[in-house]
Parts: sequence; structure tokens; C-alpha cells
Amino acid sequence: MQFFAELFGSYWADVQLVVWTLIKIVAIVLPLMIGVAYLTLAERKVIGFMQVRIGPNRVGYFGLLQPLADGLKLLFKEIILPTASNKALFFIGPVLAIAPAFAAWAVIPFDATLVLANVDAGLLYILAMTSVAVYGVIIAGWASNSKYAFLGALRSAAQIVSYEIAMGFTLVGVLMCANSLNLGTIVMGQEGGFWHWYFLPLFPLFVVYFISAVAETNRAPFDVAEGESEIVAGFHVEYSGMAFAVFFLAEYANMMLVSMLAALMFLGGWLSPVPFLPDSILWLLAKVAFLLFLFLWFRATFPRYRYDQIMRLGWKVFIPITLVWIVVVGAMMQTQWAYLFH
Amino acid sequence: MLFTDIVFYVLSAILLFSGIRVITTRNPVHAALFLVLAFFTAAGIWLLLEAEFLAIALILVYVGAVMVLFLFVVMMLDINLDKLREGFWEYLPMAGLIGVLMVVEMTMVLAEKNLHPSEAVELPANYSNTAALGKVLYTDYLLPFELAAVVLLVAMIAAIVLTLRERKDNKSMNPADQVKVKRSDRLRIVSMPAEVEEAPAAAAEEKK
Repeated sequence: MQFFAELFGSYWADVQLVVWTLIKIVAIVLPLMIGVAYLTLAERKVIGFMQVRIGPNRVGYFGLLQPLADGLKLLFKEIILPTASNKALFFIGPVLAIAPAFAAWAVIPFDATLVLANVDAGLLYILAMTSVAVYGVIIAGWASNSKYAFLGALRSAAQIVSYEIAMGFTLVGVLMCANSLNLGTIVMGQEGGFWHWYFLPLFPLFVVYFISAVAETNRAPFDVAEGESEIVAGFHVEYSGMAFAVFFLAEYANMMLVSMLAALMFLGGWLSPVPFLPDSILWLLAKVAFLLFLFLWFRATFPRYRYDQIMRLGWKVFIPITLVWIVVVGAMMQTQWAYLFH
Repeated sequence: MLFTDIVFYVLSAILLFSGIRVITTRNPVHAALFLVLAFFTAAGIWLLLEAEFLAIALILVYVGAVMVLFLFVVMMLDINLDKLREGFWEYLPMAGLIGVLMVVEMTMVLAEKNLHPSEAVELPANYSNTAALGKVLYTDYLLPFELAAVVLLVAMIAAIVLTLRERKDNKSMNPADQVKVKRSDRLRIVSMPAEVEEAPAAAAEEKK
């Protein structure tokens, strides 16, 4: 330590800060990657049981090593570059898909003190990051120089832009209640038991947010961007090996991100549902796990939406609902029942 | 201060490079993507100026929505580079004139301030750019703000009306009608007498 301190001289404090921040980033990304790996296993198991099958059970006990085996397999597969593709953009595509999915975690608070960057405009930052994620899909679809991939990219672009508006409006409702854009403050505004959580006064917004989140992550029943029965695999049809795996990781990391956000904004984050139990990060993880289970449940239950039905739901149903409820919340805050919304 | 200076120069270099590439690159899709990069780095510079709301709004609105739709259109173009460069010299004088005009206008607007830059103010650590912007927008500049909003609304409705045309071969369905469908609308139950007895007899006759 002494040696390094002398080596960097007056910059020692800065170097320490950078190294410490890097360690924190690894401490967030590593569990996230493991979580993503086991979410894929959980998905196959849960859907398996819903369809009265067993699911993967050969590798390790209960198939617990299956994600590792899958990862190794994908790692050793050849990445095939289509001849007429745009080489640079073909490889930038997956990077742009996964980078925002991880970058958004920088402002997520896991606990009252456990947060990497406690910024004031945290909610806006996350909204910006999730809106950037669409570039990975668009660029991948275009650079592949394939009709199926391009159709998938166009579908995805239109869908994500449409649902982002409804999602943004639901967040407006939350920040009206919390009077803050800081995620930690938003959670602390819901203190005092589950009847104080924002999902009750903002119930329509909560429902709209979660369905928009499913659409935003291109999950079933909104998975027209991949739609394997219509356009083979959509935007990532030309990708193989790790390049494909990166898209896969990005999708699951995004699912975890939107579930985490829903838990923080509407379900009280790390706060316990009843006052006599202590607040803990375990509550947060349990809420996120439940919301992720809903994602898997949806996939096993609903048939895929038709494209025009997706557009109708986003523009003609969700946006009006959110607009009306924001006005309701704003008006109610001026009455004697304002305490219900804070 | 050194570190932020380095960040500023790196971001400015990327911004200038991508700005130049927007107009020099031959492929329109690359040009659009360089414009995205330019927006992104500009947002980074605004963050250095502690204008976090504007920076994030720039990414949210321009990168996240406007440029996506832009790319959407550009990607569907038939990219024929020879055709795109056709008439370059023909249009050059006109384009050059407009370019020079814009440069003159920009210098007239900016020169005075650049020669006498106002003193930079150190802001307290808990200063929130978002809250400050909100307060100013909804008090001092309420009327211009609302007017701008109305103008945008009118423009939006006008754009929709301009592109709205009834198609005769439109096959879109009304979901409300679909939901209201009753069994009696689709299904007709016909009463028919049973015909079991005659079938074997007919088959036997054919054999003969």
C-alpha cells in the first residue's frame, strides 16, 4: 500500500476512488451475471412444471449446473459472420444491447446505504439507459443484412418507442407521489407497512408499468421482435455462439432491471411489508423474484400478440390510462385526501 | 480540476469527430449513428456543466426516440451511393451560401458572449438542476412554456391530419366489436333428420 501511495503521489486519493468504484461495479455485475444464468434455468424449470414436464435435470443435481454447461457450449461455438453484413456494426450490436442493461444498475439502491451512485436524477438516468438499449436490436437487425433480422429490428424499434411513452408517464405518477427523482428517496417515501406502498394509490399505473416492462424487454406475449414462428428468431437470427449469448444475457438482465424498478417504485423496495419485521435486502430480492416469476408465468400462459394489437394496446389503452390517472393523482393531492398519495 | 479538464477535451474531440463524420460518411445509416454518438457526447459535456436534467433529457428524447425513428426511416432506404452523390456539384453553390449564412448567424449570436465569458459560479453540492429548471419553467417562464407546448400540440395534430387518409382496402378490425361477438352471430344450428338407414342400402345398390 505504502509503495503505491508513493508511486501515485498526490493522485493517490483519486486512484483509490477509481479502484474502489471498480470493485463495487464488479460486486454488482458478478451477482447479476450469476442471477441471469440461474434465471434461464428457473425459466426452463418453471415453464417445464407448468407444462407438466421436468425440465433440465441431467447436469448436476436438479439440473443446477445446466447454465454453466450452456455457457461453455456457447463459448466454444464459432461466431459466424454473414458475408454481406456490415462487419463493425455486426459486432457493435450485441455490445450496445448489453451495455445499457448493465449501466442502469449503477443507480439502483439495494438498501438504505447500499448504492453505487446515489444521484438525484436516478429515475431519469434509468429511463435514458433503457431507451438506449433499443439501438443494440436495431443495429444488429440492420447489420446482419437479412430480411428476417431486419423485420425483427423494425418491429422491436416501433414497439419499444411506443411503450416507452406509457412507461415514462407511469414514472411521472411515482415521482409526483415521492416528490423526488432519487430512487432511495422514492423507497423511503413508502415507509410504514405495505398499505403505504405506491402500488395501492397508483394501482393503474403499476399495472401499466409492469405490462409495458414486459413489452419493453421483448418478452412473451410481446415477443414479436423474435417471433420464432413468424420471423425465425428476429433480430438475432444471424448471430451464433457468444454473440448470440450476449443478446440473451441482455434480455435477462433487462428483465431483472425492470423487475427491480417495479419493486423499488411500487412495492416498497427493501422495506418490510409489516412494521414489526426488520427492513432488509432480502425483502427486495423476494419482491424481484416474485415479479420475475410473473414474467415466466406470462410466457407459459399467453399466446403472442398480433402486431396491430400491440400498437393499439400501447397507444390507445395505456397512454390514456396513465394520462387520466396522473390528472387524478394531481387533483387528489389538492384535496384533504392528499395523504393517501404520499 | 485536472480530471474534468481531460474528460472535457476527450468528449469534445469525440463530439467534433462524430460531427464531421455525420456529413462526410458515405453511408446514411453510419451518418445517423454518428449523429447519435454526437448527441451522446454532447450530453456528457452538459453533465460536466452540472446540467444533469438537460443531459439526460437529450439522451432520452433525441437518442432514445427521435434518432430511433430517424434510423427506422434511413435503414429502409435503398442505399445507392452513386445516386446519392449525383448532383453534388450542381447544388454546391446554393448549399455553400446557406452554410456561410448559418456560420455568420451563429457567430453574431455567440461572438459577444465568447469574447466576454461570464464568470463561472461554483454551485453547492446539493444543487439540483432538475428542481431549479422546474421552478423557473413554471413561474417566470410559464406563459412562453405553455405557448410552446400549444404550438407543439398543433404541429403534432397537423402532422397526423396531413398523413391521415382513408384506405379502401383497410382490413383493420374493431376490437370492441370482436369482444361483443355472441355465439349466435357466428354459429347456426340446423336441425337435420338422421340418415343412418339409407346409407348401407345405397352402397349395396352400387355394387350390383
